[in-house]
This record gives sequence, structure tokens and C-alpha cells, in this order.
Amino acid sequence: MEKYKFKPKSRVREFIGEKFIQINAYAAIAAVLLIFIFIFKEAAPIFYDQDVKQEASLDKMIFKQQFKKGREPKWAWQPESDIPKFSLLPLFIGTLKAAIIAMLFATPLGVGAAVYSSQFASKRMREIIKPVIELLAGIPSVVLGFFALLVLATVIQNLFGLTYRLNAINAGVALGLAVIPIVFTIAEDAMTSVPNSLRDASLALGANPWQVTLSVVLPAAFPGIAAGVVLGFGRAIGETMIVLMASGNAAIISASFTDSIRTFAATIAAELAEVVFGSAHYHVLFFIGTILFLFTFVLNMLGDVAMTRIKTRLQGKLQ
Amino acid sequence: MNVFIEPTTRSASPEIDFETLHENRKNSGAIPKFLTFFAAMIIAAMLAIILGNIVWGGYGIISLDFLRLPPENGMEGGGIFPAIFGTVALVILMVIAVVPIGVFTAVFLSEYTTPTSISTRLIRQAINNLAGVPSIVFGLFGMGFFIAFIGGGIDALFFDSGRPVWGQPAIIWAALTLALLTLPVVIISTEEALRTIPSEIKDASLALGATKLQTIRRIVIPQAMPGILTGAILAVGRGAGEVAPIMFTGAAYYLPYLPTKLNDQFMELGYHVYVMATQSPDIEKTKPILYGTVLVLLLLTFLLNFTAILIRSRMRARRASAAQ
Amino acid sequence: MLHNDVNDAKQETGLKKDIVVNVNKQPVQSKDKERPIKLTVTNLDFWYGQLQALKDINLRIEKNRVTALIGPSGCGKSTFLRTLNRMNDTIPGTRVDGTILLDDMNIYKDVSDVSVIRTRIGMVFQKSNPFPKSIFENVAYGLKVNGIRDKRLISDAVEDTLKKAYLWEEVKDKLDRSAFALSGGQQQRLCIARALAVRPEVLLMDEPASALDPISTAKIEDLVAELKENYTIVIVTHNMQQAARVSDHTAFFYEGILVESGVTKEIFTKPTKKRTEDYITGRFG
Repeated sequence: MEKYKFKPKSRVREFIGEKFIQINAYAAIAAVLLIFIFIFKEAAPIFYDQDVKQEASLDKMIFKQQFKKGREPKWAWQPESDIPKFSLLPLFIGTLKAAIIAMLFATPLGVGAAVYSSQFASKRMREIIKPVIELLAGIPSVVLGFFALLVLATVIQNLFGLTYRLNAINAGVALGLAVIPIVFTIAEDAMTSVPNSLRDASLALGANPWQVTLSVVLPAAFPGIAAGVVLGFGRAIGETMIVLMASGNAAIISASFTDSIRTFAATIAAELAEVVFGSAHYHVLFFIGTILFLFTFVLNMLGDVAMTRIKTRLQGKLQ
Repeated sequence: MNVFIEPTTRSASPEIDFETLHENRKNSGAIPKFLTFFAAMIIAAMLAIILGNIVWGGYGIISLDFLRLPPENGMEGGGIFPAIFGTVALVILMVIAVVPIGVFTAVFLSEYTTPTSISTRLIRQAINNLAGVPSIVFGLFGMGFFIAFIGGGIDALFFDSGRPVWGQPAIIWAALTLALLTLPVVIISTEEALRTIPSEIKDASLALGATKLQTIRRIVIPQAMPGILTGAILAVGRGAGEVAPIMFTGAAYYLPYLPTKLNDQFMELGYHVYVMATQSPDIEKTKPILYGTVLVLLLLTFLLNFTAILIRSRMRARRASAAQ
Repeated sequence: MLHNDVNDAKQETGLKKDIVVNVNKQPVQSKDKERPIKLTVTNLDFWYGQLQALKDINLRIEKNRVTALIGPSGCGKSTFLRTLNRMNDTIPGTRVDGTILLDDMNIYKDVSDVSVIRTRIGMVFQKSNPFPKSIFENVAYGLKVNGIRDKRLISDAVEDTLKKAYLWEEVKDKLDRSAFALSGGQQQRLCIARALAVRPEVLLMDEPASALDPISTAKIEDLVAELKENYTIVIVTHNMQQAARVSDHTAFFYEGILVESGVTKEIFTKPTKKRTEDYITGRFG
């Protein structure tokens, strides 16, 4: 039986193939870097360009400005008026209002449902709840915004007798719907990751399921639940379409949640189409984008650090 | 299961009223259970209301004509065919871009690095961050990078006319922007499939004289196909629903033509919903079309997600039985 | 007789020259012309990270013979087997020191593409691992990845090796069916056929029958006995009766050390080291 004489394999092809795979793999890293670079690049003139700084410097965006002689200094966002005004405060307040309502709405419901699903529910119930949450997560945000604009706004207005149909509450509730799946999934995951040995020990001492939950599961899963809330909050801050359609888009400063609001993300979406390329307004919009990017970036890092530390803690300490 | 502990000495400890303790135990736990159940029910109810409202409002509008005709009368009649066409064209381009990159990334992470190496950690960190970037920021990036930098660069190098050819909103730039947005989805889904491949068959391949690359091409990737498919479908479902990234990178409300070149603009279902809902001069007249469009978009998204979930659960079942 | 000690060898043969050390890539002179050596292992050390799994192994594997590697679990016999076709290279953090010669080629130093080694030294694994492909494609795989495209050549080779593995009659009508449709014993014979398809010179077998029923085991043992005519076989087994039945030479490993090696009959009837004797008589293991 004679041996085969195989052709030697091309080392060059192998090398090129592996390098190709490797380069593709770095695409994710490149993407994150590029996003930051190109957004910041268009925002940077705010810091050094004198013409831009006349209208919109960091100073002008943060502090009260005296726009007209004789008038009180105030914060205002009116980029397209005769005297362009670029205070970020109204947008900041609007973003916070929407996010707060969203979290007040989503956290009890999301965490509550997660507790029910992981601690009390039968297998059948769990198999119903999971698809419900997945369906909710699958609804595009433009559809939620549409629903809030057409239906929810009327309901809320009639329910509470509000003056403005589109306001922070309307946007916040719709936003909350988008956030619930995030909170639910992460919280439920955290609670089911609590080792059974802990729960069994408690049950063996005669505790009922709720006592087990309260005294053992919730404390152990708390960092995970917190991470879910934090990541949900990040989503609420950055969400665009829902707020664009449901919040009334009024950049005002008010303490009331029943007034219309304008958020950072919605501002970009609403104004980018009409802005003059290279104008101060243009740069400010990119600056807002940079703020959003950095904020969610940091939030994400914190959330991930928390989740990995929880995983190692739960697996390491309690074996 | 009851473990009833009797104190053996009563001298030092305070009196423990075990009877009341056990009485209370029987009753407590019911309220929290009901409250959390109620929370889950509220969520389900809201979902039902939203879906019900959309189905009720849009059901009567959906017809074959609605799906295959273009709009008439300023969106008060006709159909939404161009929006469907545009959406399909958009996601096809997106898939062509995102699947190879996503699969190669997953293969690299799974076959060429160890879990603790710096490459792995950096890439994973980048994937997580990418997944958390707000969609409007992707839109900004699409404008600043794809349209202005790449498109503008191509125009400067190859075209003299002064009118932008590639440096303007176009379906290709919107597709690439969406590809970045959905990249994490494809990577994670592919990785999940790669993890199910037993190392024994990779060893068998190497032991026959195959190189690592050959093993990846002939054994690993074919085996990971269900996961790759799942990832692609989930990406499409996500991409078809996102509006903010495409608002400034190519989507348009009314076009008299269908996109046939890569640098054409396009109509799209989600964008159509947005503009119609917020900028219709007479919302009552356009409501039917609006509801119909929303319903089509929703059905499309759900169908895609459902298919992906089906493939994924069959893949997980296969893995579970193979592990025995 | 195989020696794991240079001094023993010198004494045995009365030669003054070193004949067994090959550190400088000198060709091996076998002292016995009828028993050429296929693989020569010299001063082999192996580490998994910080843990040293093989310590100073010296062994010569004779051509066209069956060499059994025996020893208790964890003694390093499987690790040693995998160093012979460099499969340990796929595990990160491993380190090899020493020499392994295939004929007169140092498989760790003289080779630019490790996959070449594996076409000359094939492997059959403990648990059968057919590809999720058809029976035909499983056997053809080795040929295809090594550049053979001729369809006629491939189908002839598939038939040929399936016959060699005594599987042809059982599968000839269902070559297109999935390999998973076969029973455990058949799958393992398929894996053997698959390994033989690339016509290696050496076949490494890592407890090939340990997961099989007695009848399938017997079939595989018969196969091994036949294959040695054309191949050099190294087989790891935890079953001493199997080693005694099937092999010509046996090497006993314990805790990473090669304790003793020699003609099978002598190892099993009059071992020279006490530890070998203890293992063989079942005192531990």
C-alpha cells in the first residue's frame, strides 16, 4: 500500500485567512472608537472655534445667559431664533423627567413581575410570562411612540384632566414600556442565579416563599437587579422615537411633569434635518450626541462591571 | 416541609410564641405573591391593549392592494408598497454587511483566543458598549462618518461635478449604519451556536491533517448555521424597526421612484409611520393608512422574531440531547 | 527489547557507542535489522502550564508492531499519545521539551506545517467522533482537506478503507446516510476507516473500545491485529487483558514516568519493577 503524496498546504493562504478573520473581529472595537471620534470631531469646534464660541460655547450652554439687554439672564433653548440660544438645561431637565417617570413606572412592574416569575410562578405561568416580555421587547420604539401619540395621550389627558396632551407623563409611560423588558430580564436572571442551596437552607427552616425571597433572594440578587435598573435607565435616557412622538417637544424649564418636554435625543432627531452644515447649531447637536454617547458608555461599563462581579461573587463565595 | 424546633431550655431565652408564629406563617406570603402577580398582569394587559388597538385599527386596511400599490392622494389612499420594498432592500444590504463581520468576530473569539486574553476582553467590552449606544447616536455617526467622510471622500476623489454623488443620504449608508447597530446581535447569537460545537469533532478534523482554517470552514461554520441564521433574523427584525439611525442617512417620506442604485434614497415602513403620525395635515384622513402601516411593520417584526426563536429553541434542544 | 535507560542498553549490547540518543538529529541505527524503529522518543518532558505531566520519557516504538500504553488513570499515557501527533498543540499553555523522531524527522523541530505530521500519524479517539456528515463524507474528509479532488480516486479510497475496517458490507448501501445512524461500534470503526483513508504510517488509538460493548470490542481488537501488518500502532488502554491480547510491546506509565517497557509477554509474566507488578496484579489502579 503506497503512501499518498499530498500537496503541501499553502502557508500564505492560511496566514491571510487568519489575519482576515482577526481584522474583522476588531471591527467592533474600531466601531466604538470611530463613533466617538467622528461625533466628537463635529462637536469639537465648540471648544476652539471662535465663531462658534460666539454663539455656543461650553459656558453659554451651561449657565444662564443674558440674551437681550435689560432682560433677566435665563436658560433657553431656541437655536433658530434671531438670537440663537443654546442652553442645555431645558433639554437636560426634559430628559431627566422622562427618564424618571419611565423608571418609576418600569421598575416596580419589571422587578415585581420578575419576582413573581422566578419565585412564585408555576412552570406554566413562567412559560406565558416570558413570551409576553419578549413580545413587548420586540415592539419597535416607533410603534410605541405611535401608540403613545394617538391613544395613550388621550387616555392620560382624560384620566387626569391635563392641559397638554403630549407631556412628560405620556412620554415617560411609553418609555417605561420599552424599559420593562430590560429590567425584567436582568432582574429575573439575577434572581434565578441565586444558588439553590441558599434558598433551600431558608426553606428548610420553615420559611415560606415570600420570606425566602425577602430574606435571601432579594439581598443576594440585589446587585443584579440594580444593574438591570441602571441599564434600563440608560436606555430611557437615550431613547429617541418614543419621546420624539409623545412628549410635545417643548424645550421649557418647569417643575411640572404634566408639561411638555424636550429631551437630548429628541432634539437631535428633530433639528438635525434642517440644520445648516457647519453652523454653531450643527456643532451643538453633535455635542449633545457626544454627551449621550459618553453617558451611556459609562453606564454600560458600570453595569457590566457590576454583573461580572456579581457572577464571580455568587459562584466563588458560595460553592 | 416543616422543621419544628423546640427550645430545650427556657431559662435564658425570651418566650417564643411558636403558635402565633406558625399562624402568621400560613397567611403571610400571600399578599406579596398577589402583588407581584398583579405586576405581571398589568404588563400583559398593556401589551394586549397595544396590540389589540393596532390590530383593530389596522385590520380592515390590510389587503393585497394595500401591500402592492404605491400611496395616493398624499397618503390618504393607495398602498405602501414602496415602503415595504425599501425596507426589504435596506435589510438585505444590512445583512450582507453585518453577517460576515459578526460571524468572523464570533469565530475569532471562540477559536483563536482564550477567554482571559486582552483581545477577548477588549472585543467583548466593545460589543457591550456598541449594544448600548443610543440609536440617534448611530444616526449622527452615519451622517458624520459614512455620508460626510466616506461619501464625501469618494466624491472628492472620483467626481468633479460639485454635486454630491455619494456624499448624501443613500440606502447604502443607512444599511451600513444599521449593520453597526445590529452587529452585537449577530455576534452573540453566533457565539451561542459555536459554544455548542463539541471540541471532539474539531480534534478529529485536525487529527486528519486539516488546518485550523479548514476545520473552521468545513466543520465549525456549517455546524453553527442555526445560530448564524438566528442572529441574522434577529438583526433583520431589529433593523426593520429602527427609525432614528435612518432618518438622516437615507430614508425619505415620499419618493416617486423605487431605490435601484446604492446611492438612491428609499421609503421605509418605520419612517413612514413616524412622519405620517407627526406631520400629517389631516390625521383623521390618514389614520387608516397609518394603522395599516403600523400593523404591517408589527407583523413583519413579530414574524421574524418568532422564526428566530423557533430556530433557537430547536438548536438548544438538539444541543441538550447531543450532550447525553 | 526496548530500553528506557541508556546504560542498560550499553551493557546489553556491549557496544561502546551510544545508539539510542538522538539529540542531534542523527539517524537511528537499529541494532536489529528485522525490527526497525518508527518513532523514537528521547528525554520527553511535558507541561500543562505549571504542572509537569510527563517526566523524561524515553521510548522506541517498533515499526509494524502494536505497542500498548498502560497505567492507572492520570498517569499520562493519553497525554503521551497526544504528543506523538502534536495534538497537544491545540491546548493553550502546554510546553514540550525533548525529542520525538518519526523515522529521522524531528516532529517538533523539522516541521513547518504541523498538519503534515498528522497525515503520517493518524488518531482514533476514545469516544467515537464522526462528523455530522454522511458516512461517505466522513471517510472522504481526510482526502479532501489534503487536496485530493478526483472523484473516482476518492470513492475508490472510501470503499477500500471501509473494507479494511470491516464496515463496507454493513454500510455500502447507505453511504449517504448520516454517520449518526450507525451504532456505537460501527461509528468507531467508521472513525478508524476515516483515519486510515489518508494512509498514515502510524495509527494512535486512545482507548478505542472503552465505550463499546464486548462484541464491538472484539471486532476492533481483531482489526488492530490485522492492521499492524501495514501500520505501526500505538494503543492506550486501561484494560490489561486487552493489552495482553492485542499488543506486541507494552509500556507502563505511572504518574508521568515511564516505569517499564518491553515485550508484552515478559512485562505481564515477569516484570522487572515492583510497581509494574503491583499494577498488573491489580493491587492499585
